[in-house]
Amino acid sequence: MSVPLLAIGSAPLALEPLIAAVSGPTEAAGPAPGSYGAVAAFLGLVRNHNLGRAVHYLEYEAYEPLALRAFEHIAAETAERWPGVRLALHHRVGRIVVGQASVAIAAASAHRADAFSACRYAIERVKQIAPIWKREFFEGGDVWIEGATADPGDQQARAAAERVACA
Amino acid sequence: MRITVRLFARLRDIAGAAELRRDVGPESTIGTVWRQLVHEFPDFASYERSISSAVNADYARMDQAVNDGDEVAFLPPVSGG
Repeated sequence: MSVPLLAIGSAPLALEPLIAAVSGPTEAAGPAPGSYGAVAAFLGLVRNHNLGRAVHYLEYEAYEPLALRAFEHIAAETAERWPGVRLALHHRVGRIVVGQASVAIAAASAHRADAFSACRYAIERVKQIAPIWKREFFEGGDVWIEGATADPGDQQARAAAERVACA
Repeated sequence: MRITVRLFARLRDIAGAAELRRDVGPESTIGTVWRQLVHEFPDFASYERSISSAVNADYARMDQAVNDGDEVAFLPPVSGG
């Protein structure tokens, strides 16, 4: 079963379909079969604690059509910075309990260094620009988590993500 | 002209609605729409410097003009991942 490379939805996430999607046969324009030597994968999980609070679950919401565009933007940036890397990126929305995955990423490349870097870059950029929000439900209350101002044109943020990815 | 406003996360909570229909004057920009909403929902004011926006599901700057029927979205700081 093949999955889209980029997706957002309420279904539970798993890495295996993403790994298959990036390491399997490509379209005519893509690299020849067998040319990848590495897949790096990342799974982001809901943690049971945050800032000293006991977390019960998170609720994610997204502006889904723009989130997909953000993922396309991130994939294009990744391809520009690490040519030949193939990226898959899925984010989950809705209620996600402790231990379950909120985001799954896989990056395939000829060599491991680019696969690791592209994978790390993608999650950093998701956190910077994707129109997705989490509300934390903890012991005694709930709070919207607010991180970065979403601006895909902010080159300083992009450079910061690239530095982290290549550290 | 009439537009649709999409609100997310805490902005949605403050306004009590995920979607609003609002009439705006000719030659309005996203910024005009935002200031109109801040007037209506004073708690929006704390987002003045951290908000970003989109028109018809594409990122847009606050000085971009809006057209009749547009969907204008206001995005508080994001927290995906």
